[in-house]
Amino acid sequence: MTESKREERAILVKMEDVHLAFGQTQVLKGIDLEVRKGDAVSIIGPSGSGKSTILRCINGLVTPQRGSITVGQTAVHELKSEAERIPLRKRIGIVFQQYNLFPHLSVLENIVIAPVRIQGVGRPEAERHARELLARVRLSDKEHAYPGELSGGQQQRVAIARALAMRPELVLFDEVTSALDPETVGEVLAVIRELVADGLTSILVTHEMRFAEEISDEVLFTEGGRIVERGSPASLFHNSSNPRIHSFINGLGSGAKTRESAL
Amino acid sequence: MLNILTFSRVPSLASSTVLPVLGGIAVAGLLWSFFEPESAATLLVWTPYLARGFAMNILISICAIALGSLVGLILGALELSPRALIRFPALVYVQIFRNAPHLVLIFATTYIFPFEILVAGLRIPFPDWIKATIGLAIPASAHIAEIVRGAVQSIPTAQWEAAAGMGFSRSQTLRWIILPQCIKRVLPPWMNLYASISMGTALASLVGVNELLHAATDASTAVQRTDFTVAVYLTVLVWFFVYCYPVARFTQNLERRFAVR
Repeated sequence: MTESKREERAILVKMEDVHLAFGQTQVLKGIDLEVRKGDAVSIIGPSGSGKSTILRCINGLVTPQRGSITVGQTAVHELKSEAERIPLRKRIGIVFQQYNLFPHLSVLENIVIAPVRIQGVGRPEAERHARELLARVRLSDKEHAYPGELSGGQQQRVAIARALAMRPELVLFDEVTSALDPETVGEVLAVIRELVADGLTSILVTHEMRFAEEISDEVLFTEGGRIVERGSPASLFHNSSNPRIHSFINGLGSGAKTRESAL
Repeated sequence: MLNILTFSRVPSLASSTVLPVLGGIAVAGLLWSFFEPESAATLLVWTPYLARGFAMNILISICAIALGSLVGLILGALELSPRALIRFPALVYVQIFRNAPHLVLIFATTYIFPFEILVAGLRIPFPDWIKATIGLAIPASAHIAEIVRGAVQSIPTAQWEAAAGMGFSRSQTLRWIILPQCIKRVLPPWMNLYASISMGTALASLVGVNELLHAATDASTAVQRTDFTVAVYLTVLVWFFVYCYPVARFTQNLERRFAVR
Protein backbone atom coordinates (compact mmCIF):
# COMPACT_ATOMS: atom_id res chain seq x y z
CA MET A 1 0.00 0.00 0.00
CA THR A 2 2.96 2.35 0.49
CA GLU A 3 4.79 4.04 -2.35
CA SER A 4 8.04 2.06 -2.40
CA LYS A 5 8.12 -1.31 -4.09
CA ARG A 6 7.25 -4.12 -1.72
CA GLU A 7 10.32 -6.23 -2.52
CA GLU A 8 12.65 -3.33 -1.63
CA ARG A 9 11.38 -2.99 1.92
CA ALA A 10 13.15 -4.80 4.76
CA ILE A 11 11.68 -8.00 6.18
CA LEU A 12 10.28 -7.43 9.67
CA VAL A 13 8.69 -10.80 10.51
CA LYS A 14 9.79 -14.16 9.20
CA MET A 15 8.29 -17.50 10.24
CA GLU A 16 9.74 -20.75 8.95
CA ASP A 17 8.21 -24.19 9.36
CA VAL A 18 6.47 -23.32 12.64
CA HIS A 19 4.77 -26.28 14.34
CA LEU A 20 2.74 -25.94 17.50
CA ALA A 21 0.57 -28.31 19.50
CA PHE A 22 -1.54 -27.74 22.59
CA GLY A 23 -1.29 -31.11 24.28
CA GLN A 24 -2.35 -33.69 21.69
CA THR A 25 -3.94 -31.13 19.37
CA GLN A 26 -1.76 -30.05 16.45
CA VAL A 27 -2.67 -26.41 15.84
CA LEU A 28 0.08 -25.25 13.49
CA LYS A 29 1.59 -27.75 11.03
CA GLY A 30 4.36 -25.85 9.30
CA ILE A 31 3.69 -22.14 8.91
CA ASP A 32 5.93 -19.99 6.69
CA LEU A 33 5.35 -16.32 6.35
CA GLU A 34 7.12 -13.05 5.64
CA VAL A 35 6.01 -9.55 6.53
CA ARG A 36 7.92 -6.52 5.27
CA LYS A 37 8.09 -3.10 6.92
CA GLY A 38 4.96 -1.17 6.01
CA ASP A 39 3.05 -4.29 4.97
CA ALA A 40 -0.52 -5.07 5.85
CA VAL A 41 -0.91 -8.84 5.74
CA SER A 42 -4.30 -10.42 6.30
CA ILE A 43 -4.87 -13.97 7.46
CA ILE A 44 -8.25 -15.44 6.58
CA GLY A 45 -9.65 -18.91 6.98
CA PRO A 46 -12.15 -20.97 8.92
CA SER A 47 -12.33 -20.92 12.72
CA GLY A 48 -9.88 -23.23 14.44
CA SER A 49 -7.44 -23.11 11.54
CA GLY A 50 -4.75 -21.55 13.72
CA LYS A 51 -4.99 -17.90 12.64
CA SER A 52 -4.94 -16.37 16.13
CA THR A 53 -2.22 -18.80 17.22
CA ILE A 54 0.04 -17.50 14.45
CA LEU A 55 -0.28 -13.98 15.91
CA ARG A 56 0.42 -15.22 19.44
CA CYS A 57 3.59 -16.98 18.24
CA ILE A 58 4.93 -13.72 16.87
CA ASN A 59 4.82 -11.83 20.19
CA GLY A 60 5.71 -14.89 22.25
CA LEU A 61 2.37 -15.35 24.03
CA VAL A 62 2.62 -18.99 22.94
CA THR A 63 5.78 -20.91 22.09
CA PRO A 64 5.94 -23.29 19.13
CA GLN A 65 7.66 -26.67 19.47
CA ARG A 66 9.45 -26.44 16.13
CA GLY A 67 10.48 -23.84 13.56
CA SER A 68 11.94 -20.36 13.70
CA ILE A 69 10.40 -16.94 14.11
CA THR A 70 12.34 -13.72 13.76
CA VAL A 71 11.07 -10.19 14.38
CA GLY A 72 13.66 -7.66 13.20
CA GLN A 73 16.89 -8.86 14.78
CA THR A 74 15.17 -10.94 17.48
CA ALA A 75 15.01 -14.73 17.20
CA VAL A 76 11.71 -15.27 19.01
CA HIS A 77 12.09 -19.07 19.12
CA GLU A 78 15.33 -18.69 21.10
CA LEU A 79 13.74 -16.65 23.90
CA LYS A 80 13.58 -19.08 26.80
CA SER A 81 11.79 -17.19 29.56
CA GLU A 82 8.96 -14.72 30.01
CA ALA A 83 11.54 -12.11 31.07
CA GLU A 84 13.36 -12.50 27.75
CA ARG A 85 10.12 -12.06 25.80
CA ILE A 86 9.26 -8.73 27.45
CA PRO A 87 11.51 -6.52 25.25
CA LEU A 88 9.93 -8.19 22.19
CA ARG A 89 6.38 -7.51 23.38
CA LYS A 90 7.16 -3.86 23.97
CA ARG A 91 7.90 -3.58 20.24
CA ILE A 92 4.70 -5.34 19.12
CA GLY A 93 1.19 -4.08 19.75
CA ILE A 94 -1.71 -6.50 19.92
CA VAL A 95 -5.44 -5.80 19.72
CA PHE A 96 -7.83 -8.54 20.83
CA GLN A 97 -11.28 -9.64 19.74
CA GLN A 98 -12.75 -8.88 23.19
CA TYR A 99 -10.81 -5.55 23.51
CA ASN A 100 -9.52 -6.59 26.98
CA LEU A 101 -9.33 -3.04 28.28
CA PHE A 102 -8.55 -2.66 31.97
CA PRO A 103 -11.98 -1.99 33.51
CA HIS A 104 -10.64 -0.23 36.63
CA LEU A 105 -8.79 2.43 34.62
CA SER A 106 -10.16 5.36 32.65
CA VAL A 107 -9.63 5.54 28.89
CA LEU A 108 -6.62 7.83 29.32
CA GLU A 109 -5.11 5.61 32.04
CA ASN A 110 -5.57 2.52 29.88
CA ILE A 111 -3.47 4.19 27.20
CA VAL A 112 -0.72 5.68 29.39
CA ILE A 113 -0.20 2.81 31.83
CA ALA A 114 2.21 0.81 29.68
CA PRO A 115 4.33 3.78 28.48
CA VAL A 116 4.55 5.14 32.04
CA ARG A 117 5.00 1.90 34.00
CA ILE A 118 6.82 -0.27 31.46
CA GLN A 119 8.71 2.09 29.17
CA GLY A 120 9.40 4.76 31.77
CA VAL A 121 8.03 7.60 29.64
CA GLY A 122 7.30 10.75 31.63
CA ARG A 123 3.63 11.23 32.50
CA PRO A 124 3.10 14.57 30.70
CA GLU A 125 4.68 13.18 27.52
CA ALA A 126 2.65 9.94 27.77
CA GLU A 127 -0.59 11.90 28.25
CA ARG A 128 0.20 14.22 25.35
CA HIS A 129 0.78 11.22 23.10
CA ALA A 130 -2.36 9.49 24.44
CA ARG A 131 -4.51 12.52 23.57
CA GLU A 132 -2.99 12.57 20.11
CA LEU A 133 -3.92 8.90 19.68
CA LEU A 134 -7.42 9.47 21.04
CA ALA A 135 -7.90 12.19 18.45
CA ARG A 136 -6.72 9.73 15.82
CA VAL A 137 -9.30 7.13 16.83
CA ARG A 138 -11.87 9.96 17.19
CA LEU A 139 -12.50 9.56 20.91
CA SER A 140 -11.07 12.79 22.26
CA ASP A 141 -14.20 13.45 24.30
CA LYS A 142 -13.95 10.09 26.11
CA GLU A 143 -10.60 10.34 27.90
CA HIS A 144 -12.20 10.34 31.36
CA ALA A 145 -14.76 7.61 30.60
CA TYR A 146 -14.38 4.06 31.90
CA PRO A 147 -14.44 1.08 29.50
CA GLY A 148 -17.80 -0.09 30.89
CA GLU A 149 -19.38 3.18 29.77
CA LEU A 150 -18.33 2.78 26.13
CA SER A 151 -19.84 0.86 23.21
CA GLY A 152 -17.95 -2.12 21.78
CA GLY A 153 -16.69 -0.09 18.84
CA GLN A 154 -15.48 2.68 21.12
CA GLN A 155 -13.75 0.19 23.43
CA GLN A 156 -12.01 -1.41 20.47
CA ARG A 157 -10.78 1.98 19.25
CA VAL A 158 -9.38 2.67 22.73
CA ALA A 159 -7.66 -0.73 22.56
CA ILE A 160 -6.10 0.30 19.24
CA ALA A 161 -4.91 3.57 20.78
CA ARG A 162 -3.53 1.61 23.73
CA ALA A 163 -1.57 -0.68 21.40
CA LEU A 164 -0.17 2.33 19.52
CA ALA A 165 0.88 4.10 22.72
CA MET A 166 4.02 1.95 22.92
CA ARG A 167 5.01 3.18 19.41
CA PRO A 168 5.20 -0.42 18.15
CA GLU A 169 7.01 -1.55 15.01
CA LEU A 170 4.22 -3.98 14.32
CA VAL A 171 0.58 -4.29 15.36
CA LEU A 172 -1.29 -7.60 15.47
CA PHE A 173 -5.06 -7.35 15.02
CA ASP A 174 -6.82 -10.51 16.21
CA GLU A 175 -10.37 -10.59 14.79
CA VAL A 176 -10.88 -7.11 16.16
CA THR A 177 -14.36 -6.66 14.68
CA SER A 178 -15.75 -10.14 15.37
CA ALA A 179 -17.33 -9.20 18.70
CA LEU A 180 -18.82 -5.95 17.44
CA ASP A 181 -22.32 -5.29 16.23
CA PRO A 182 -22.44 -4.56 12.50
CA GLU A 183 -23.09 -0.85 13.03
CA THR A 184 -19.82 -0.25 14.86
CA VAL A 185 -17.63 -2.49 12.69
CA GLY A 186 -17.24 0.35 10.19
CA GLU A 187 -15.84 2.86 12.68
CA VAL A 188 -13.14 0.42 13.78
CA LEU A 189 -12.21 -0.57 10.23
CA ALA A 190 -11.98 3.11 9.26
CA VAL A 191 -9.37 3.63 11.97
CA ILE A 192 -7.33 0.62 10.87
CA ARG A 193 -7.58 1.68 7.22
CA GLU A 194 -6.04 5.06 8.09
CA LEU A 195 -3.24 3.50 10.13
CA VAL A 196 -2.35 1.13 7.31
CA ALA A 197 -2.39 4.01 4.83
CA ASP A 198 0.04 5.86 7.12
CA GLY A 199 2.47 2.95 6.79
CA LEU A 200 1.81 0.94 9.97
CA THR A 201 3.12 -2.61 9.67
CA SER A 202 0.31 -4.93 10.63
CA ILE A 203 -0.92 -8.50 10.53
CA LEU A 204 -4.68 -8.88 10.66
CA VAL A 205 -6.70 -11.96 11.37
CA THR A 206 -10.10 -11.09 10.01
CA HIS A 207 -13.42 -12.28 8.68
CA GLU A 208 -14.06 -8.97 6.89
CA MET A 209 -13.29 -10.13 3.35
CA ARG A 210 -13.97 -6.88 1.56
CA PHE A 211 -11.81 -5.00 4.04
CA ALA A 212 -8.96 -7.51 3.73
CA GLU A 213 -9.13 -7.24 -0.03
CA GLU A 214 -9.04 -3.46 0.11
CA ILE A 215 -6.14 -2.83 2.48
CA SER A 216 -3.84 -5.87 2.28
CA ASP A 217 -0.52 -6.22 0.46
CA GLU A 218 -0.83 -9.95 0.86
CA VAL A 219 -3.60 -12.31 1.95
CA LEU A 220 -3.00 -15.75 3.47
CA PHE A 221 -5.64 -18.44 3.58
CA THR A 222 -5.20 -20.93 6.43
CA GLU A 223 -6.90 -24.25 6.95
CA GLY A 224 -6.06 -27.09 9.32
CA GLY A 225 -2.90 -25.43 10.65
CA ARG A 226 -1.37 -24.78 7.22
CA ILE A 227 -1.28 -21.83 4.87
CA VAL A 228 -3.17 -23.27 1.92
CA GLU A 229 -2.82 -20.32 -0.41
CA ARG A 230 -1.23 -16.88 -0.41
CA GLY A 231 -0.97 -13.99 -2.78
CA SER A 232 -2.15 -10.52 -3.64
CA PRO A 233 -5.76 -9.77 -2.68
CA ALA A 234 -6.78 -9.78 -6.35
CA SER A 235 -5.25 -13.18 -7.05
CA LEU A 236 -6.65 -14.80 -3.94
CA PHE A 237 -10.14 -13.33 -4.03
CA HIS A 238 -10.74 -13.39 -7.78
CA ASN A 239 -8.28 -15.69 -9.57
CA SER A 240 -7.86 -18.56 -7.14
CA SER A 241 -8.14 -22.02 -8.60
CA ASN A 242 -8.79 -23.53 -5.17
CA PRO A 243 -12.50 -24.41 -4.85
CA ARG A 244 -12.21 -24.44 -1.03
CA ILE A 245 -11.27 -20.74 -1.03
CA HIS A 246 -14.13 -19.94 -3.36
CA SER A 247 -16.66 -21.62 -1.16
CA PHE A 248 -15.19 -20.02 1.98
CA ILE A 249 -15.21 -16.50 0.56
CA ASN A 250 -18.62 -16.84 -1.01
CA GLY A 251 -19.98 -18.57 2.07
CA LEU A 252 -18.80 -15.69 4.24
CA GLY A 253 -20.08 -13.12 1.77
CA SER A 254 -23.61 -14.35 2.20
CA GLY A 255 -22.82 -15.28 5.79
CA ALA A 256 -22.38 -11.67 6.82
CA LYS A 257 -26.05 -11.63 7.62
CA THR A 258 -26.10 -15.01 9.31
CA ARG A 259 -23.22 -13.93 11.52
CA GLU A 260 -25.42 -11.25 12.92
CA SER A 261 -28.01 -13.76 14.02
CA ALA A 262 -25.35 -16.08 15.34
CA LEU A 263 -24.09 -13.43 17.76
CA MET B 1 -39.05 3.86 73.90
CA LEU B 2 -37.82 7.34 73.22
CA ASN B 3 -34.76 5.95 71.53
CA ILE B 4 -36.70 3.90 69.01
CA LEU B 5 -38.96 6.83 68.16
CA THR B 6 -36.11 9.21 67.46
CA PHE B 7 -34.22 6.65 65.40
CA SER B 8 -37.14 5.65 63.23
CA ARG B 9 -37.57 9.27 62.25
CA VAL B 10 -34.30 9.21 60.33
CA PRO B 11 -35.42 7.89 56.94
CA SER B 12 -32.04 6.80 55.55
CA LEU B 13 -31.45 4.58 58.55
CA ALA B 14 -34.91 3.02 58.56
CA SER B 15 -33.83 0.37 56.07
CA SER B 16 -30.78 -0.56 58.13
CA THR B 17 -31.26 -2.76 61.16
CA VAL B 18 -28.16 -1.44 62.89
CA LEU B 19 -29.68 1.48 64.74
CA PRO B 20 -32.96 -0.23 65.77
CA VAL B 21 -31.00 -3.19 67.17
CA LEU B 22 -28.53 -0.94 69.02
CA GLY B 23 -31.45 1.19 70.19
CA GLY B 24 -33.18 -1.94 71.51
CA ILE B 25 -30.08 -2.86 73.47
CA ALA B 26 -29.92 0.66 74.95
CA VAL B 27 -33.57 0.44 76.00
CA ALA B 28 -33.04 -2.99 77.59
CA GLY B 29 -30.05 -1.55 79.44
CA LEU B 30 -32.08 1.38 80.74
CA LEU B 31 -34.92 -0.90 81.87
CA TRP B 32 -32.47 -3.18 83.66
CA SER B 33 -30.79 -0.28 85.47
CA PHE B 34 -34.25 0.88 86.57
CA PHE B 35 -35.04 -2.49 88.20
CA GLU B 36 -31.50 -3.23 89.43
CA PRO B 37 -30.14 0.18 90.40
CA GLU B 38 -27.45 -1.23 92.71
CA SER B 39 -25.93 -3.56 90.12
CA ALA B 40 -26.10 -0.79 87.57
CA ALA B 41 -24.24 1.60 89.86
CA THR B 42 -21.49 -0.97 90.50
CA LEU B 43 -21.22 -1.62 86.77
CA LEU B 44 -20.84 2.11 86.18
CA VAL B 45 -17.93 2.21 88.63
CA TRP B 46 -16.21 -0.62 86.75
CA THR B 47 -16.93 0.80 83.29
CA PRO B 48 -13.62 2.75 82.86
CA TYR B 49 -11.70 -0.42 83.77
CA LEU B 50 -13.74 -2.49 81.32
CA ALA B 51 -13.30 0.18 78.64
CA ARG B 52 -9.52 0.03 79.04
CA GLY B 53 -9.80 -3.72 78.52
CA PHE B 54 -11.92 -3.28 75.42
CA ALA B 55 -9.43 -0.79 74.00
CA MET B 56 -6.90 -3.64 74.19
CA ASN B 57 -9.28 -5.89 72.18
CA ILE B 58 -9.56 -3.22 69.52
CA LEU B 59 -5.79 -2.68 69.49
CA ILE B 60 -5.11 -6.42 69.12
CA SER B 61 -7.74 -6.84 66.41
CA ILE B 62 -6.42 -3.92 64.33
CA CYS B 63 -2.80 -5.01 64.65
CA ALA B 64 -3.72 -8.64 63.85
CA ILE B 65 -5.73 -7.75 60.73
CA ALA B 66 -3.00 -5.36 59.54
CA LEU B 67 -0.24 -7.92 60.01
CA GLY B 68 -2.43 -10.73 58.66
CA SER B 69 -3.35 -8.71 55.58
CA LEU B 70 0.25 -7.86 54.78
CA VAL B 71 1.48 -11.43 55.16
CA GLY B 72 -1.68 -12.85 53.54
CA LEU B 73 -1.28 -10.65 50.47
CA ILE B 74 2.28 -11.89 49.98
CA LEU B 75 1.24 -15.52 50.62
CA GLY B 76 -1.66 -15.21 48.18
CA ALA B 77 0.71 -13.99 45.48
CA LEU B 78 3.12 -16.84 46.26
CA GLU B 79 0.28 -19.37 46.05
CA LEU B 80 -0.26 -18.25 42.46
CA SER B 81 3.38 -18.55 41.44
CA PRO B 82 3.95 -20.74 38.38
CA ARG B 83 6.95 -22.24 40.21
CA ALA B 84 6.07 -25.18 42.43
CA LEU B 85 9.02 -24.49 44.71
CA ILE B 86 7.52 -21.13 45.64
CA ARG B 87 3.88 -22.14 45.48
CA PHE B 88 4.13 -25.29 47.56
CA PRO B 89 5.42 -23.88 50.89
CA ALA B 90 2.78 -21.13 50.72
CA LEU B 91 0.03 -23.70 50.10
CA VAL B 92 1.23 -25.81 53.03
CA TYR B 93 1.35 -22.80 55.38
CA VAL B 94 -2.16 -21.75 54.35
CA GLN B 95 -3.68 -25.20 54.73
CA ILE B 96 -2.08 -25.79 58.13
CA PHE B 97 -3.01 -22.47 59.71
CA ARG B 98 -6.44 -22.17 58.14
CA ASN B 99 -7.32 -25.37 59.96
CA ALA B 100 -5.68 -24.63 63.30
CA PRO B 101 -7.76 -23.54 66.34
CA HIS B 102 -7.06 -19.89 67.17
CA LEU B 103 -6.74 -20.61 70.87
CA VAL B 104 -4.04 -23.22 70.24
CA LEU B 105 -2.10 -20.73 68.12
CA ILE B 106 -2.38 -18.06 70.83
CA PHE B 107 -1.05 -20.51 73.42
CA ALA B 108 1.73 -21.55 71.04
CA THR B 109 2.89 -17.99 70.31
CA THR B 110 2.68 -17.10 74.00
CA TYR B 111 5.00 -19.90 75.03
CA ILE B 112 7.26 -20.02 71.95
CA PHE B 113 8.29 -16.36 71.99
CA PRO B 114 10.51 -15.07 74.83
CA PHE B 115 9.21 -12.40 77.23
CA GLU B 116 11.95 -10.02 76.12
CA ILE B 117 14.34 -9.73 73.20
CA LEU B 118 18.00 -8.79 73.46
CA VAL B 119 18.96 -6.41 70.65
CA ALA B 120 22.49 -4.96 70.76
CA GLY B 121 22.60 -5.18 74.53
CA LEU B 122 19.13 -3.61 74.87
CA ARG B 123 16.43 -5.62 76.58
CA ILE B 124 13.22 -5.00 74.66
CA PRO B 125 10.16 -6.42 76.39
CA PHE B 126 7.93 -8.66 74.28
CA PRO B 127 4.52 -8.23 75.92
CA ASP B 128 1.85 -10.92 75.89
CA TRP B 129 -0.61 -8.83 73.91
CA ILE B 130 1.79 -8.72 70.96
CA LYS B 131 2.19 -12.51 71.16
CA ALA B 132 -1.59 -12.90 71.12
CA THR B 133 -1.74 -10.51 68.17
CA ILE B 134 0.70 -12.73 66.28
CA GLY B 135 -1.32 -15.79 67.30
CA LEU B 136 -4.40 -14.23 65.70
CA ALA B 137 -2.51 -12.80 62.71
CA ILE B 138 -1.26 -16.24 61.66
CA PRO B 139 -4.68 -17.77 60.86
CA ALA B 140 -5.80 -14.37 59.53
CA SER B 141 -2.90 -14.37 57.05
CA ALA B 142 -3.85 -17.89 55.92
CA HIS B 143 -7.47 -16.83 55.37
CA ILE B 144 -6.48 -13.64 53.56
CA ALA B 145 -4.11 -15.61 51.33
CA GLU B 146 -7.08 -17.73 50.23
CA ILE B 147 -9.29 -14.65 49.77
CA VAL B 148 -6.60 -13.00 47.63
CA ARG B 149 -5.96 -16.17 45.62
CA GLY B 150 -9.67 -16.61 44.92
CA ALA B 151 -10.09 -12.97 43.89
CA VAL B 152 -7.06 -13.05 41.59
CA GLN B 153 -8.29 -16.24 39.96
CA SER B 154 -11.72 -14.68 39.41
CA ILE B 155 -10.20 -12.02 37.12
CA PRO B 156 -10.47 -13.20 33.47
CA THR B 157 -7.20 -14.56 32.04
CA ALA B 158 -7.69 -12.19 29.11
CA GLN B 159 -6.57 -9.39 31.45
CA TRP B 160 -3.27 -11.22 32.05
CA GLU B 161 -2.87 -11.80 28.34
CA ALA B 162 -3.55 -8.16 27.48
CA ALA B 163 -0.98 -7.01 30.04
CA ALA B 164 1.59 -9.60 28.91
CA GLY B 165 1.05 -8.46 25.32
CA MET B 166 2.03 -4.94 26.38
CA GLY B 167 5.25 -6.09 28.02
CA PHE B 168 4.13 -6.29 31.66
CA SER B 169 5.93 -8.88 33.78
CA ARG B 170 3.87 -11.18 36.03
CA SER B 171 4.49 -9.10 39.13
CA GLN B 172 3.81 -5.83 37.30
CA THR B 173 0.54 -7.27 36.00
CA LEU B 174 -0.43 -8.32 39.51
CA ARG B 175 0.52 -4.94 40.97
CA TRP B 176 -1.00 -2.61 38.37
CA ILE B 177 -3.75 -4.60 36.66
CA ILE B 178 -5.04 -7.53 38.69
CA LEU B 179 -4.91 -6.54 42.38
CA PRO B 180 -6.61 -3.14 41.84
CA GLN B 181 -9.51 -5.04 40.26
CA CYS B 182 -9.61 -7.42 43.22
CA ILE B 183 -10.22 -4.82 45.93
CA LYS B 184 -13.96 -4.78 45.31
CA ARG B 185 -14.20 -8.55 45.57
CA VAL B 186 -11.89 -8.82 48.56
CA LEU B 187 -13.47 -6.15 50.75
CA PRO B 188 -16.58 -8.05 51.99
CA PRO B 189 -14.77 -11.27 53.03
CA TRP B 190 -11.96 -9.18 54.48
CA MET B 191 -14.38 -7.31 56.73
CA ASN B 192 -16.05 -10.56 57.72
CA LEU B 193 -12.67 -11.81 58.79
CA TYR B 194 -12.07 -8.62 60.75
CA ALA B 195 -15.30 -9.14 62.71
CA SER B 196 -14.28 -12.73 63.41
CA ILE B 197 -10.80 -11.66 64.60
CA SER B 198 -12.32 -8.98 66.83
CA MET B 199 -14.39 -11.65 68.57
CA GLY B 200 -11.34 -13.91 68.74
CA THR B 201 -9.42 -11.30 70.75
CA ALA B 202 -11.33 -12.48 73.84
CA LEU B 203 -9.19 -15.63 73.68
CA ALA B 204 -6.21 -13.50 74.71
CA SER B 205 -7.68 -13.37 78.24
CA LEU B 206 -6.65 -17.03 78.64
CA VAL B 207 -2.96 -16.16 78.32
CA GLY B 208 -3.26 -13.26 80.75
CA VAL B 209 -3.71 -10.33 78.41
CA ASN B 210 -5.68 -7.62 80.19
CA GLU B 211 -8.52 -7.24 77.70
CA LEU B 212 -12.28 -6.94 78.17
CA LEU B 213 -13.08 -10.53 79.21
CA HIS B 214 -10.11 -10.53 81.59
CA ALA B 215 -11.27 -7.20 83.04
CA ALA B 216 -14.79 -8.59 83.49
CA THR B 217 -13.40 -11.58 85.39
CA ASP B 218 -11.40 -9.17 87.60
CA ALA B 219 -14.56 -7.15 88.29
CA SER B 220 -16.62 -10.24 89.04
CA THR B 221 -13.97 -11.59 91.43
CA ALA B 222 -13.70 -8.26 93.21
CA VAL B 223 -17.43 -7.63 93.63
CA GLN B 224 -18.42 -11.21 94.52
CA ARG B 225 -22.11 -10.91 93.68
CA THR B 226 -23.98 -13.22 91.34
CA ASP B 227 -26.28 -10.56 89.88
CA PHE B 228 -23.26 -8.37 89.13
CA THR B 229 -21.33 -11.27 87.59
CA VAL B 230 -24.24 -11.93 85.22
CA ALA B 231 -24.47 -8.23 84.43
CA VAL B 232 -20.77 -7.77 83.75
CA TYR B 233 -20.51 -10.76 81.39
CA LEU B 234 -23.68 -9.62 79.60
CA THR B 235 -21.98 -6.25 79.23
CA VAL B 236 -18.98 -7.97 77.63
CA LEU B 237 -21.32 -9.69 75.15
CA VAL B 238 -23.10 -6.44 74.36
CA TRP B 239 -19.87 -4.53 73.79
CA PHE B 240 -18.55 -7.12 71.38
CA PHE B 241 -21.91 -7.20 69.63
CA VAL B 242 -22.08 -3.42 69.34
CA TYR B 243 -18.59 -3.37 67.85
CA CYS B 244 -18.95 -6.30 65.44
CA TYR B 245 -22.58 -6.08 64.33
CA PRO B 246 -22.25 -2.84 62.31
CA VAL B 247 -19.17 -4.31 60.60
CA ALA B 248 -21.17 -7.41 59.65
CA ARG B 249 -24.14 -5.33 58.42
CA PHE B 250 -21.89 -3.05 56.39
CA THR B 251 -20.26 -6.12 54.85
CA GLN B 252 -23.66 -7.48 53.84
CA ASN B 253 -24.54 -4.15 52.25
CA LEU B 254 -21.28 -4.15 50.30
CA GLU B 255 -21.87 -7.72 49.14
CA ARG B 256 -25.34 -6.85 47.92
CA ARG B 257 -24.10 -3.75 46.13
CA PHE B 258 -21.28 -5.64 44.36
CA ALA B 259 -23.55 -8.54 43.47
CA VAL B 260 -25.85 -6.21 41.51
CA ARG B 261 -23.02 -4.99 39.30
